[in-house]
Amino acid sequence: MKTTNDNGGDVRLTQIGKTYGSFTAVHPLDLTVPQGSFFALLGASGCGKTTTLRMIAGLEEPTQGTVHLGDQDVTHLPPYKRPVNTVFQSYALFPHLDIFENVAFGLRRRGIKSVKKQVEEMLDLVQLGEQARKKPHQLSGGQQQRVAVARALINHPKVLLLDEPLGALDLKLRRQMQLELKRIQTEVGITFIHVTHDQEEAMTMADTVAVMNAGRVEQLGSPTDLYENPKTTFVANFLGTSNLIEAEVDTRSGDEIVLKAGGCKLSLPQARCSAPATNGGKVLVGVRPEKISLTHADDAGEIPEGRNRVTGRIADSSFIGVSTQYVIDSPACPELEVYAQNIDRDARLVPGAEVVLHWNPAHTFGLDAAQDIDAGVETVEPDEGVAA
Amino acid sequence: MAAVTRAPAPPAPAAPQQKPPRKRGRLTPYWLLLPGILWLVVFFALPMIYQASTSVQTGSLEEGYKVTWHFVTYWDALSEYWPQFVRSVLYAASATILCLLLGYPLAYLLAFRAGRWRNLLLILVIAPFFTSFLIRTLAWKTILADGGPLVGALNALHVLDVTSWLGWTSGDRVLATPLAVVCGLTYNFLPFMILPLYTSLERIDARLHEAAGDLYARPVTTFRKVTFPLSMPGVVSGTLLTFIPAAGDYVNADLLGSTDTRMVGNVIQTQFLRILDYPTAAALSFILMAAILAMVTVYIRRSGTEDLV
Repeated sequence: MKTTNDNGGDVRLTQIGKTYGSFTAVHPLDLTVPQGSFFALLGASGCGKTTTLRMIAGLEEPTQGTVHLGDQDVTHLPPYKRPVNTVFQSYALFPHLDIFENVAFGLRRRGIKSVKKQVEEMLDLVQLGEQARKKPHQLSGGQQQRVAVARALINHPKVLLLDEPLGALDLKLRRQMQLELKRIQTEVGITFIHVTHDQEEAMTMADTVAVMNAGRVEQLGSPTDLYENPKTTFVANFLGTSNLIEAEVDTRSGDEIVLKAGGCKLSLPQARCSAPATNGGKVLVGVRPEKISLTHADDAGEIPEGRNRVTGRIADSSFIGVSTQYVIDSPACPELEVYAQNIDRDARLVPGAEVVLHWNPAHTFGLDAAQDIDAGVETVEPDEGVAA
Repeated sequence: MAAVTRAPAPPAPAAPQQKPPRKRGRLTPYWLLLPGILWLVVFFALPMIYQASTSVQTGSLEEGYKVTWHFVTYWDALSEYWPQFVRSVLYAASATILCLLLGYPLAYLLAFRAGRWRNLLLILVIAPFFTSFLIRTLAWKTILADGGPLVGALNALHVLDVTSWLGWTSGDRVLATPLAVVCGLTYNFLPFMILPLYTSLERIDARLHEAAGDLYARPVTTFRKVTFPLSMPGVVSGTLLTFIPAAGDYVNADLLGSTDTRMVGNVIQTQFLRILDYPTAAALSFILMAAILAMVTVYIRRSGTEDLV
């Protein structure tokens, strides 16, 4: 994140909310996006992220709350009076104008006469100098995407809003554009607010990610922070995969909590437990699949002391090149996932084999057991009606 | 005679692997085109040829007409009836402009603002077609009747003074004046303007309006720079669908006009059906067709809509 002492360009949303009739698209939320940062709003479709973005752009009137750009209250300004530009989903390029005129559109509307130099510079920035006189439909998806970025950036907005800008591109091009957008953001230093449902995209590009679910911000932080220290089951499941084990608090000593699950004892640092842990209470113990090591039950004695251990039987394994993914059936949890890197493969680790799973207690996190354990699991489409 | 031992017959050469490509499949498109082509030949090409030959015939009804390549008919027709030609173009153009001015806001409303009322409104646009053209035009005779409420109101508001001064109406009458004919034309061809306009407006991605707003265009500028240019295909096809039939129309001038508002359609009708001067009528038809074709060509070239479609 770019650190600037001058917060005159921050985007501040204060208690901003949007309801359509009885449906609440966005629950009142507070959000501050520091100037010059690359900020991502991440969530499944219908979670309110696009509505939030459109309220910043002025395309949607908030039902309550205010939008500030720096010190300026823009809540009730129409879009054409806001120093904000948007890269629309599927670009919304003007089909009757060529690339040059598309990019020059904003400048001309503000009465700037000599646009040639600026437009050419901007087209060079997005590497489309050659295409200036073509019409949008003559360009490929990736090129159109870059025109959309250039058309917005040329106005030097205080904030650039990107609404699923890479959604229409194929995977390879998407990767390329992610890096490209990141490069452009670093080069121009403008605040980018990026809406996406792709957690990998958000993590690759953004300095700060706000994970949204059902019209609320679930958690906000750097990609690493969100991934390593999820605070809710939704975040734990939506960003990557998590193994969540229902456990009972056994003892607490200093900054360590010891829990019981299916006859195994698990240790969890107090600092990494976001749930109130009282003796006898329930906590969801989480661990990422790649943090877990797998040892055949015959070699259980070789596992170093002090690691969390869970016993189980391999239910399924799939070899995917860089790693092998195992599904383990354990008394502690019916389906534990383990990703093991293919460095030294143990030939005994086949479905049916008895194994011990073990990991560093520092990689364990604790969540409030009152939540839905499956929230944010990818196969489950979140029901929009739930948000109301 | 030496006994010839016949060698066993060599095996029959294998049947050629490559058969010539089947012709039948390639002809299919032409078979499918046939009904359309037949239709065009019988109902378009043949009548056109017949009319063309009629236009260069001389003679009289009693003695019969013969093709004498008498092209002078064209010149005579044009020099005698040029005022009706000019009038036709003026009336049709006026009606087209009125249709555009009335139809555009309505089409815009239908395309962007009508919401759940859209289908009902669309039905209302085409509802007049459920009654005959003739009856609809006759209805206007009642609406514009002398001393009727509408004419009375226009008179009281001194609107008729202005229109009379412009030569559109005469005295306190609206019926049997140019204004009445143009009103009739406008009313009768309005749906032909609205529907293409609606179709092309409806195709415009609503996000383009948002994008223009986002790029500092006020609503009026958005309309001028984005919506209107993108609706040009509809404007062009709507104006053509209005102008072309309006220029050849004779019903409106016949029912709502007077002898001073005769259009070229009326002249052709009279020549064909009353005076029975077929060559002149045919020549007039061809002149009208050529004139419209020329105007339309220039119009399409100038409007530059090839790019948009």
